[in-house]
Amino acid sequence: MTDSKYFTTTKKGEIFELKAELNSDKKEKKKEAVKKVIASMTVGKDVSALFPDVVNCMQTDNLELKKLVYLYLMNYAKSQPDMAIMAVNTFVKDCEDPNPLIRALAVRTMGCIRVDKITEYLCEPLRKCLKDEDPYVRKTAAVCVAKLHDINAQLVEDQGFLDTLKDLISDSNPMVVANAVAALSEIAESHPNSNLLDLNPQTINKLLTALNECTEWGQIFILDCLANYTPRDDRESQSICERVTPRLSHANSAVVLSAVKVLMKFMEMLPKDLDYYGTLLKKLAPPLVTLLSAEPELQYVALRNINLIVQRRPEILKHEMKVFFVKYNDPIYVKLEKLDIMIRLASQANIAQVLAELKEYATEVDVDFVRKAVRAIGRCAIKVEQSAERCVSTLLDLIQTKVNYVVQEAIVVIKDIFRKYPNKYESVIATLCENLDSLDEPEARAAMIWIVGEYAERIDNADELLESFLEGFHDESTQVQLQLLTAIVKLFLKKPTETQELVQQVLSLATQDSDNPDLRDRGYIYWRLLSTDPVAAKEVVLAEKPLISEETDLIEPTLLEELICHIGTLASVYHKPPSAFVEGSRGVQHKRLPGSAGSGETVESPDTGSAAGVSDAPPAVIPSQGDLLGDLLNLDLTPPATTGPPPPATSGMQLGAMDLLGGGLDSLMGDESEPLGGDLGGSLGMGAGFGAPSAAPAASFSAPVSGGLDDLFDLGGGVGMPMGAYSPPKTVWLPATKGKGLEISGTFARRAGVIQMEMTLTNKAMSVMTDFAIQFNRNSFGLAPAGPLQVLTPLSPNQSIEVSLPLNTVGPVMKMDPLNNLQVAVKNNIDVFYFSCQYPISMLFVEDGKMERQVFLATWKDISNDNEAQFQIKDCHLSSDAASNKLQGSNIFTIAKRTVDGQDMLYQSTKLSNGIWVLAELRVQTGNPTFTVCLKCRAPEVSQCVFQSYEAVLKN
Amino acid sequence: MINSLFLISHSGDIFLEKHWKSVISRSVCDYFLEAKEKSGDPENVAPVLQTPHHYLISIYRGKLFFLSVTQTEVPPLFVIEFLHRVADTFQDYFGDCSEVVIKENTVTVYELLEEMLDNGFPLATESNVLKEMIRPPTILRSVVNTLTGGSNVGGTLPTGQLSNVPWRRAGVKYTNNEAYFDVIEEIDAILDKSGTTVFAEIQGVVEACVKLTGMPDLTLSFMNPRLLDDVSFHPCVRFKRWESERVLSFIPPDGNFRLMSYHVSSQNLVAIPVYVKQNISFLETGSCGRLDITIGPKQTMGKTVENLTVTIPMPKSVLSVNLTATQGTYTFDLTTKAVLWDVGKLNPQKLPNLRGSISIQTGAPKPEENPSINIDLKIQQLAISGLKVSRLDMYGEKYKPFKGVKYVTKAGKFQVRT
Repeated sequence: MTDSKYFTTTKKGEIFELKAELNSDKKEKKKEAVKKVIASMTVGKDVSALFPDVVNCMQTDNLELKKLVYLYLMNYAKSQPDMAIMAVNTFVKDCEDPNPLIRALAVRTMGCIRVDKITEYLCEPLRKCLKDEDPYVRKTAAVCVAKLHDINAQLVEDQGFLDTLKDLISDSNPMVVANAVAALSEIAESHPNSNLLDLNPQTINKLLTALNECTEWGQIFILDCLANYTPRDDRESQSICERVTPRLSHANSAVVLSAVKVLMKFMEMLPKDLDYYGTLLKKLAPPLVTLLSAEPELQYVALRNINLIVQRRPEILKHEMKVFFVKYNDPIYVKLEKLDIMIRLASQANIAQVLAELKEYATEVDVDFVRKAVRAIGRCAIKVEQSAERCVSTLLDLIQTKVNYVVQEAIVVIKDIFRKYPNKYESVIATLCENLDSLDEPEARAAMIWIVGEYAERIDNADELLESFLEGFHDESTQVQLQLLTAIVKLFLKKPTETQELVQQVLSLATQDSDNPDLRDRGYIYWRLLSTDPVAAKEVVLAEKPLISEETDLIEPTLLEELICHIGTLASVYHKPPSAFVEGSRGVQHKRLPGSAGSGETVESPDTGSAAGVSDAPPAVIPSQGDLLGDLLNLDLTPPATTGPPPPATSGMQLGAMDLLGGGLDSLMGDESEPLGGDLGGSLGMGAGFGAPSAAPAASFSAPVSGGLDDLFDLGGGVGMPMGAYSPPKTVWLPATKGKGLEISGTFARRAGVIQMEMTLTNKAMSVMTDFAIQFNRNSFGLAPAGPLQVLTPLSPNQSIEVSLPLNTVGPVMKMDPLNNLQVAVKNNIDVFYFSCQYPISMLFVEDGKMERQVFLATWKDISNDNEAQFQIKDCHLSSDAASNKLQGSNIFTIAKRTVDGQDMLYQSTKLSNGIWVLAELRVQTGNPTFTVCLKCRAPEVSQCVFQSYEAVLKN
Repeated sequence: MINSLFLISHSGDIFLEKHWKSVISRSVCDYFLEAKEKSGDPENVAPVLQTPHHYLISIYRGKLFFLSVTQTEVPPLFVIEFLHRVADTFQDYFGDCSEVVIKENTVTVYELLEEMLDNGFPLATESNVLKEMIRPPTILRSVVNTLTGGSNVGGTLPTGQLSNVPWRRAGVKYTNNEAYFDVIEEIDAILDKSGTTVFAEIQGVVEACVKLTGMPDLTLSFMNPRLLDDVSFHPCVRFKRWESERVLSFIPPDGNFRLMSYHVSSQNLVAIPVYVKQNISFLETGSCGRLDITIGPKQTMGKTVENLTVTIPMPKSVLSVNLTATQGTYTFDLTTKAVLWDVGKLNPQKLPNLRGSISIQTGAPKPEENPSINIDLKIQQLAISGLKVSRLDMYGEKYKPFKGVKYVTKAGKFQVRT
């Protein structure tokens, strides 16, 4: 009797019948019914309607029945979440069972029920199972943490399961260690920046011990995890290598390849003169060769990886050329990979063998393979100069076979050989010309035409040959058309007398009858060149060509380094970095090979030297945007006036707030402004000291002044009062929904030389708010509160309060994007809130920003034109004088004015709080509402912001 | 890790699916079927495919595709090894790994897959552990089960899962204690037209059948271990002992297992047991050709070459062949266009010969490619590398087991170019 009996149906309707059987009193009948249900499920039939009936069978002593019900549950719980709850009690009970198999089975199955509601009930049993006395249960529970994390990551973190999992790395049982590593690695993949697998010499030692004793699969997980570790020095690196080397003799090829990865990576740190280094190199070859005798699928992955290894360390396999010889019955994907590696390994020593093989392959059946083989011969010629002659004669032999696609491929590669070794093999041109008619592929035709054009002076009937191509000019592909055009022009320049007609014909075909812009453009260029200056044309068209490179399609070195770190993974099969194809690659870390440990004394070969140079590249001075959040969260919320250790951020906030920038805190507590962000150009020294905190209190009492008043001042006063700087209307920065009822709207203004942050705090919650404090993240111009946030009375519900916070510019500096972005944290008795806002850069224009005329002139000339930026301001109905006045209100000073052809040119200067000067030319045409601003600045990054301020000031 | 598994017949019918995480629609297989369609021969489907959201890693075994789907970066070799393990397990349980057999045992297959992988992590892949939990179906057992209501799922914790020797279960008992080892070597070689060796290597394995009571500790030593410079071992072999003393020391799994595989590369001279004199030619006109093949013994170390077969895949334009064999019989398969010559035993006194004419489709041009000749053969009582077991010792148990070693040499991918 076989399981196929479970598929037989009766006329009554299968589901109906199964339902009856599931509710039967007889145990045996029940079991058979569940089996039938499972059988239907496996073939994709929907049996979810039987959910309650199947779940009812769960409470049983029969292990097989229980397992079958579990199988069913896992499959259908998602579609019936409410029903799935019914099963919870049995699970919880099973987790207490004296039989560890049952305990493990229960915790394993619970994790597979991907229903949110169940996860809450899972926590307690899981916690117990993680500490179970039986390693089998612990090992299963470790995997369950990964499952749970997949369903509800937050829950896993809140419940502290990650820490328990980390503890399991030190478990006494190697299987538990392996599973804990596997689970952590999987979790870490969704949290790329988290430091879940905190590798230090102690944990490494534990992993290496477990490595020897756990199953083959566990070994893979552990080895992959080891590969992420960076040893402290070459000695540690060597000792790890020594302990990993025995894995090279494992029967499981995945273990072997993972071990190869660890060794390839750690080998970078070993000095090359070390004996062990040589031993290790020798040890790597046999396992790689053995991988090639496995099943074809394994061979394929191995070959893709060997391709990388050969590029990085050709010495490992240089004597193993023969194992890459293609066998008749290899699958095509293996054949093509082998061929690729053969070319990479080709050298003067083995070229004869390789060529003989390649010639053999060129007579095989598979067209793709044959083509690649012919190309490979050409690549050998280019790579190994001594072999070039033999390669060319082999190619000629192949052309003699007259097999169409062989001939075409041969001609394409011969073209490259001509380019690599000019004036050496032109004697074969005659043979090539014989095959002109059989070429029907564009690439081959183009190659042939190139050859004819290039060697037109040696081919007696070159004009005839090219003319024959010209007949069907419009039917050719673009590639051929372009090549034909160039070739005929070359021919004309070499033999002007006979070919005038031909060249005219092709030029008119290309320029007048063609729809292809590339072709037309090239045609016109040649035409004009030829008609204006034939000598110049000769120099251009017949110029000496640069030599083509020896090795083709080598992987770029930094990518290669990264791929070496990913040996054995999908990345190594695709030869692409994981960030290029892994989904949600937002935070995939780029891996790098460790630098060689060789200090000044050890002599390094140039290749390690350069590798180390690349990998040791200093980190960017400006941290990337992604790190900012972490930085902001580490800010303390006490006003900067008080010094003292910052309070630790609340645990909820710590989420993802890894202290990536260790310096973040220090700099905040630090006393002086930091020398960071020097690329802003100007010095950070504070010009007139106007930003000093002492100036702040006076202004902080002033009530917010309406914008209208400023305008009045501007219009009436003409001469800009320092008070009259433009201030944008308030906008909502922190909506009440995100601030737990606290709404903050605000704006920035500059009054009496002091930057003010003006905010309206509104309490939209039901409770009183007190204890307000404010803190900024580091920002581009070092903005920082000059005093504490003055909210003296508690803020009752539905009450609003206007606050004005004086700012200075002596805070820590970090370049932001956009430049004028400011990240703010506001604290009250309820929580801490974060928001970001953009301040108009005109707040930073200082009062002494008027430049001397002479200085302006000199500076304008001095700043290179690359730093010039031009903008247009549309719909601005102001006269040049009015504009000048308005701008002066915001500390943009007009230095000179010129009128040319009814166009007013205003020359203006302004100075930023950090000492950067911005020079401007404002062009105003009477009657034309579009102004043109031309900005010149030594730090061109600010131009965009300055322009925005221009626009904002002029339009308000 | 491994998300889902689909079993697909070579005609493209998805007949079983299993998911270890959330369910992935079987429409994901369309990408694979498309690739399969494109590559023509099922053996030529690339084993790793990328789709917009998933990666498909597949193997082709016994006219079946085992297709696994993953969503994250995983080591593809790990997946491929695992898939082969799944196929091995089916083979082990049902004696065959084919669509019919799998369909007949769906529930057992499902139970097995559930035990082998948890959340995409391998759980139990050792056959002795699996067999303790899920008993393989036998006719007798299914009869007994139906009568007594017994189950074929074990209720105890498989002991092997946890011990330091997970490959062996405790409490093994035999009345006849025996340990047999087969040294099997396969020659992979490419010979060119003139008979010179282009490439040759030996792939060797030591297969063991150990049925010993208790926890025996075995030591197997060789006369000439220096031959073995490239080896892979079953996890039971103690690597340290091998490194220092060149002996295989191990606690064996129970039953059949592969103790070691090794690889003797072309640097050490590989003996080629036969030579082939051949001449296959096609006439420029007249759409016919000639074939003449003679095989003779070369380096057989005095042993007899048996089970000799010769396969010649002919060009597609060949219509029929008319040949005479001095020994054995030949067939011509019209669909694959392969000549299969079953020679049998090679008699050094009277060399077998196959000759005759080949007819080609009228009007078809002379074939471009040269057919290559694939040879299969077997030599009993010989390991062609010269490897010899010197002794087998047992420690840890008192009884005296029966011991035995067999040698056999076969042709692996042995081909002669024409």
